[in-house]
Amino acid sequence: MLDHILSLLIFFPALAAVVGFMIQKESMRAYGISVATIEFALSLWLWYVFDGNVSGMQFMENIPLVQSFGINYTLGVDGISLFIIILSAFFTLLGIGSLTDTPNVKYMIITLLFLQMTMVGVFAALDAIVFYIFWELSLIPMLYIIGAWGGPLRIYASVKFFLYTFTGSLVMLVGMLFMAYFYYQATGVWSFALLDWYRLILPQSYQLWLFAAFFIGFAIKVPMFPFHTWLPYAHGQAPTIGSVILAAILLKMGTYAFVRFSLPLFPDASAYFMIPIAILAVIMVIYTAMVAYAQKDIKQVIAYSSISHMGIIILGTFALNVEGISGSIFLMLGHGVVAGALFMLVGVIYDRRHTKMMSEFGGLAQVMPRYATIFGIMMMASVGMPLTINFVGEFLSLLGFYQQSHIITILAGVGIIVGAIYMLGAYKKTFFGEVTNEKNKNLPDINKKELFGLIPLVIVAIWLGVYPKPVLGPINKSVESIVQLMHNKSTTELAKKRIPNLVKPKVIIIKKTIIEEVH
Amino acid sequence: MLAPINISMGSLNVMTLAPMLIPIVGALLILVIDVIKGGLHKSLYVGLSLLFLAMDFFSLLDASNLFAQNGTILGMFDVMLIDGLALLAQFVIVLASMLFIPLALTHKRFHEFSYPEFFALFLFMIAGFQFMVATDNLILIFVGLETSSLALYTLIAMHNRDKSFEAAVKYFTMGALAAGFFSFGAMIFYALTGSIEINKIALVLASNGYTDIGYVLVGTAFMLAAFAFKLSLIPFHTWAPDVYEGSSAPMAGYMSIVPKIAAFVVAMRFFEFLVHSGIVWLDIVLYAFVIVTMTVANMWALVQTDVKRMLAYSSISHAGFVMAAILIGTTQANSALFLYWILFSFTNLGSFSMLWISRQKSIPDHQMSDHSFDKFSGMIKTAPVPAMIMGLFMLSLAGIPPFALFWGKIYLISAAVTSGYTILALIMALNSAIAGYYYLKLIVYMFMKEPVMGNNGQMYVANATLALKTIIGIAAVGTIFAFVAINPLLEFITDFVYNSGY
Repeated sequence: MLDHILSLLIFFPALAAVVGFMIQKESMRAYGISVATIEFALSLWLWYVFDGNVSGMQFMENIPLVQSFGINYTLGVDGISLFIIILSAFFTLLGIGSLTDTPNVKYMIITLLFLQMTMVGVFAALDAIVFYIFWELSLIPMLYIIGAWGGPLRIYASVKFFLYTFTGSLVMLVGMLFMAYFYYQATGVWSFALLDWYRLILPQSYQLWLFAAFFIGFAIKVPMFPFHTWLPYAHGQAPTIGSVILAAILLKMGTYAFVRFSLPLFPDASAYFMIPIAILAVIMVIYTAMVAYAQKDIKQVIAYSSISHMGIIILGTFALNVEGISGSIFLMLGHGVVAGALFMLVGVIYDRRHTKMMSEFGGLAQVMPRYATIFGIMMMASVGMPLTINFVGEFLSLLGFYQQSHIITILAGVGIIVGAIYMLGAYKKTFFGEVTNEKNKNLPDINKKELFGLIPLVIVAIWLGVYPKPVLGPINKSVESIVQLMHNKSTTELAKKRIPNLVKPKVIIIKKTIIEEVH
Repeated sequence: MLAPINISMGSLNVMTLAPMLIPIVGALLILVIDVIKGGLHKSLYVGLSLLFLAMDFFSLLDASNLFAQNGTILGMFDVMLIDGLALLAQFVIVLASMLFIPLALTHKRFHEFSYPEFFALFLFMIAGFQFMVATDNLILIFVGLETSSLALYTLIAMHNRDKSFEAAVKYFTMGALAAGFFSFGAMIFYALTGSIEINKIALVLASNGYTDIGYVLVGTAFMLAAFAFKLSLIPFHTWAPDVYEGSSAPMAGYMSIVPKIAAFVVAMRFFEFLVHSGIVWLDIVLYAFVIVTMTVANMWALVQTDVKRMLAYSSISHAGFVMAAILIGTTQANSALFLYWILFSFTNLGSFSMLWISRQKSIPDHQMSDHSFDKFSGMIKTAPVPAMIMGLFMLSLAGIPPFALFWGKIYLISAAVTSGYTILALIMALNSAIAGYYYLKLIVYMFMKEPVMGNNGQMYVANATLALKTIIGIAAVGTIFAFVAINPLLEFITDFVYNSGY
C-alpha cells in the first residue's frame, strides 16, 4: 500500500465522489467530512513515512500510459510538493466542514472531491502530460463552483477564469511538446518524464523560447501582473468555499510549477529573465496593494492583497538561491493558510449580512468579539507580523532576493508596508468605532461550524510562525538539490554567477543515486 | 485478329474485393427481401445491416493480417490497392457505420427508417466509400465517390422535412460541382502523364522534373477545390452548415466523419508526392486552407444560436485542424490524422446522438430552432445524467484532457512541432482555446442557468430508445477511457501508415 500511497491519495477522493452520487442528500455532509478526514489522515501518514533527509523523489510510481510516445503515469513527492499536498487535503476538509447552507450541497461536495483529486494530482505528477491532465481538469470543478453557486456575474467570471487559464496552458502544452521533441532529438526516445527532462541541457536560445511558453501558462495561473484581471472577478463572484480553495491551493499550482518546471529545466533562461520577472513581481506587489487600498468591498481587498502576496512568492522563487526558493515555498503554504482563512472570515460576515461592503459595517468588535479576534490574528499574519506563518516566508524570500538586487527587494518591502496600511485600514473600518448600522446590532457571533474551519488555521498560522523547522527542513533539503542541479546544468556566465554553487560533495552523490533510481 | 486475353483467376486476387462486396450483397439482399415480403419492421433491416457490417469488419481483419505479413496487396488488374491507409480508413468507415445504424431504432414518427431502401442505400454508400479509399486509380476513386455521394444525397432527402430537401439539393449541386472539378483535375493529370494512377503520375512527374509545372498547378488547383468541397474547407464550406441542419442529427454526425475520412485518405494519397516535391505554391495554399478553415469556422461557431449549427461549424474547424496533417505529410502526422479521426468519430457521433434523443415533436415558443441553446438551459436540474454526458462530449471536443480528443490533438500538434511548423502548432493550440469558448457556452447553459418554466426534463430524452442509449453509452465510455486505448491504437496505426510508405 505504501508503494501506491500517492495514487491512493489522488483517486480516493474521485472514487468517493462517484460513490457520492448515490448518497442521500441529508447525509451528504457527513459523508463529505468523513471522506475528507480519511484523505487528510492519509496525507498526514504520507508525511509520517516521508523521509525528510532525502532530497530526491520518494514513493515513486511508474505505469506506462502511451509507451510509443513516452507518456508515463509517473508520480512522486519531495519536500516541495509534500506540504502542498497536505495543505490541499487540509483545506478540502476544512472547506467541507465549514460549508454553510448551500443549495444543492450534494453536488457541491461531489465537485469539491473531484477538485481534490485534480489538486493532489498536479502536485504529485512527475510526467509533464499527467501534470497537464490534472492541471486542465482542475479548471472544470472550479468553473462549476463559480458558475453554479456564484454571485450575479458568475457566468462571466467563471468563463473568464476558464478561458484565461485554458489559453495559457495550451501555449504551455506546445512548449511541453517541443521539450519532448528536443529530448527525442537528443536521445532518440520520446519522453515526457520530468526527471528525464532534468538531465537535458539545452542551448540558451531554445531555453528562452521554451521558458516563455511555460511562463505564459504558469503566469496566468499565479496570476502575475499583466494577466491578473481574471482573479478579482473570480473571487468577487465565487462562493466562499470557491474563493478559499482558489486562493489557498489553485493559485499555488502556478508558483509550484515555476519551481518544478521553469527553474530546473531552464536555468539559463531563469537567470536571464530574473530581473524582468522580478520587476513584474514588484509591480504586482505595489500596484495591487494600491488597488486593494481603493476597494470598498472587503472581499476584493483580500483578493488584491492575495495577488500582492503572490508577487513576493514569485520574487522569492526567482532569487534562484536556497533561501529565496525555500522561503517562497514556505510562503505558498503560509499564503494558503492565511488567504484561505481570510476568505472564510469574509464568508462568515457575508452569510450574516449578505453584503461585503465595508461601509455597511463598523464596530463589529463589540458585537462579535470572537470573530474580531480571529480576524485580527489572521490579518496580522497576512501583513507578515513576526511569529506568524507569513513572516517566515516573506522574510526568507526577501532575504534570498536581497543577494541578487538590493533596490528591487527594498521596493518589494515597501509594498509590504502598503499592505499593512490597507489591511489595518480595512480592519479599522470594519471592526472599530461605534456600531453605526442598526442591522449590525444583533449579529450572532461565530458559530461552531465556522470555528471548526477557523481554529485549526489559527493554530497552524501561529505554530508554523513560531517553529517552522519541521516543515522548512524537508523543503530546504529538496530545494538545495534543485539549486545544485540548476547550477550544474547552467551554461552561461550569468547563470553561473546568479545561481550559487552549494559545493557539498554529499549533495552531488545524492543526485547521482536519484538518476539511477529513475533508470 | 485480336488474341484472346488470358488471365488466370489467381492473379486477379478477387479477395481484395471482398470487403466491398459484402455490403453490396447485403444491400441487394435487403432489396430482395422487400420484394418478396414488404412491410417488415425496421429492426430486421437494422439487424441485417449490422450483421453485414460485422462480416465486413471481419474481412477487413483478415485483410489486415495479410497486410501485416506480406505488405501491400494489389488486385483486379492492379486497380485495387489494399495498403495500410485503405485498411485503416475502412476500419473507421465500418466502425462508425456500426455505431450509426442502431440510431435508426427510434420511435415511429421518423418514417425514413421504415423504408428498406434507406438501409440498402446506406450499405451501397459504405461500399462506395470503401472503393474510394482502397485504390489509387483516379477513375475508381471517382466512381466510389459518386456512388457514395448519390446514396448520401438520397439518405438526407429521406428525412422528409422542408429543410432536408433544401439540404439534399444543396449538397447535390455542390457535390456535382466538386465532381466536375475532380474530373477536370484528373483529366489534366492524364494529359500530362498518360496515367490515371496516382503513383504512376508521381513517377512520371518526378522523372521529367515537373517540366509542365503550370499544368501541374492547374490540375492541383482543380483537385484541391474538389477535396475542399468534400472536406468542407473554407471557402468551399458553404453547403455544410445548412446540410447539417437539414439532415437528421445522427446523419449529420455521420456526415461529419465518414465521408471526410474517405476524402482525407484520397487527399493523403494525392498530395503526398506533391507536398514532398517542394512546390512552394502548394505549401502556401494548403497552409492558408488549414489556418483559415480552423480559425474562421471557429469564429462562426462562436456566434451560432443553435447547437446543431454550432457543431456543424465546429466539425468544419476540426476538419481544418486535421488537414494540417496533410500539409505536414510525415508519418507521425498521417498517423495523427487517423488517431484524431477515430477519437473524433466517437465523440462527435455521441454528441450528435445526444441531439437526436432530445429531438422534439414541436418547438416551444421560447425556442428559435430545434436545438437552440436555451433549450438546454438548466438541464442539470431536470435531467442530470444526459446533461453530464453532453458536458463530457463538449469537454472532449474542446480537448480537455484526459478525454478522447485531447490525445489526437497533442499528437497532431506534436507532429507539427516535430516537422518544424512552430507557428502552425501555436495557431492550432490557440484555436483550441477559441473553440473552448463555444463548447463552454453549452456547458454554461446546461449547468449554470435556470431551467425554463414547465420543463420537466422529459424533452431531453423524448426520443430515447434502448438502442440509442446503448450507442451513447458506448461513445461516452470510449470518450472517458480513451487513454487506455491510445497506446495500442497508436502502435497499430503507426505500423500500418509506415508500412504503406506514408
